[in-house]
Amino acid sequence: MLVAIESSCDETSVAVLNGTDVLSNIISSQLIHSKWGGVIPELASRAHIESITHVLNAALDEAGIGMGNVHALACTTAPGLAGALLVGTNFAKGLSLKYNIPCVPVNHIEGHLYSGFLEDDTLQFPAVTLVVSGGHTSLFFVESYSSYAILGSTRDDAAGEAFDKTAKMLGLGYPGGPLIDALARQGNPSAIEFPRPLLHSQSFEFSFSGMKTSVRHYLQTHHPDGVPHNMLPDICASLQAAIVDVLVQKTIRAATEYAASGIVIAGGVSANSALRQEMAIAARKKNIHFVAPRASYSLDNAAMIGFVAQKKLQAGDSPSFRRLDFEVNSKALRMHKHGSAART
Amino acid sequence: MFPTLGYNSLDLEVHTTHSEDETILAGRKFAARLHAGDVIALYGTLGAGKTEFVKGICEYFHVEDVVSSPTFTIMNQYDGMQSNGDDVKLYHVDLYRINSKREFSEIGFSECMNAPDAIKLVEWAEKANDEIPANRYTISFDLDNSDENIRHISISHQGEQVLAA
Repeated sequence: MLVAIESSCDETSVAVLNGTDVLSNIISSQLIHSKWGGVIPELASRAHIESITHVLNAALDEAGIGMGNVHALACTTAPGLAGALLVGTNFAKGLSLKYNIPCVPVNHIEGHLYSGFLEDDTLQFPAVTLVVSGGHTSLFFVESYSSYAILGSTRDDAAGEAFDKTAKMLGLGYPGGPLIDALARQGNPSAIEFPRPLLHSQSFEFSFSGMKTSVRHYLQTHHPDGVPHNMLPDICASLQAAIVDVLVQKTIRAATEYAASGIVIAGGVSANSALRQEMAIAARKKNIHFVAPRASYSLDNAAMIGFVAQKKLQAGDSPSFRRLDFEVNSKALRMHKHGSAART
Repeated sequence: MFPTLGYNSLDLEVHTTHSEDETILAGRKFAARLHAGDVIALYGTLGAGKTEFVKGICEYFHVEDVVSSPTFTIMNQYDGMQSNGDDVKLYHVDLYRINSKREFSEIGFSECMNAPDAIKLVEWAEKANDEIPANRYTISFDLDNSDENIRHISISHQGEQVLAA
């Protein structure tokens, strides 16, 4: 049994895995506090130090095991917020010492990268993974559990940030992604022609910061006195189409250029229904296996961290026993950027 | 020691930029006066150019990483180099998602603001007025009423006013 801990940004999460089977995967924001009879008044974002013990206990309970059954730990060590990583890594160190078990350090982005393989064990290497969330928008070529290369990232805003900030400009609530997604279902995606930044650039880089200026310009030009409610679905559908178009076309081009047998979308924005639908259609046309992991493996979660740790242990990696240094930046990922991806 | 007579605010300059590239260049030029320990508070609405300006500052300090928005990550950290060849850290902080005072301690904000070996760049600084050291540069980004690409950037410096004895 392995216990995995993730605390790199907003969420505290603990998962229990038996081999690569996920027995439990508790994410703090999904813990309903009434279950605790008022013990935890509120599990706020980034309140890792208050929630981590409760989240661990909930994960052990759901898996039906105690710490005595646990033979290894895994913990996110990079990249993330210093204070958040500090809580998770030190908690893992404490457990490692107390129970005399090794702890495998895992990179958070690697967790997302391999989440498609956790969701669907028929997925084959090599794959192209699009990690798309509020904080990340990057394309990776994934050759094996020990080899991958970053193909391109956003130069400025992540796609999830573009959704949230334009939603705010439209007077919608937070988080904006799901609200835009819901309104867009009733709208016409061709109603307004928003720009598709870097769509025709040969690189796999993204740029979404210009979406804010595009939306502001559209609103000032067409609706200077406020957006009529009946226009919101068309605006949302058009905006969503612009973002999804860029994500899908770049991912498909990467998968074709690198002769990938699979495409994975991971991260919070992979829950967007238009992205799932358009990517599925485009992948089917190219006869490429497409995997979009379930929400609990797509959001920041510990199951994906535990999965990567198990693969490292299976490969014979010696866990850095009790020496867990966290990194705010991910130097490992930076190095891979200059690695040799086998472009066909 | 000189007696401290409170704070003054001095408008240093106002720039008008016509593109993202010009905003980056303005940041690059501004950065020439910065030293390790400095705090820069950035004010301006969504899409006003704060992150582009920070990109320019990071360019000046030879940061190799891609400087992207820290809205979701809240704090990005970059390794840079000063003109004398010394290393300098740059903390790029974004308070957009911070909603309560207790969150400042969770993200380690005061440790960050008081780091003597780093340049601290804070977006959405209005969320933390009394948490940011009084001795700082303030940079405001204003949109233009007629041209969507134009930004008006004003730079001022607040510091302890000292009077020679």
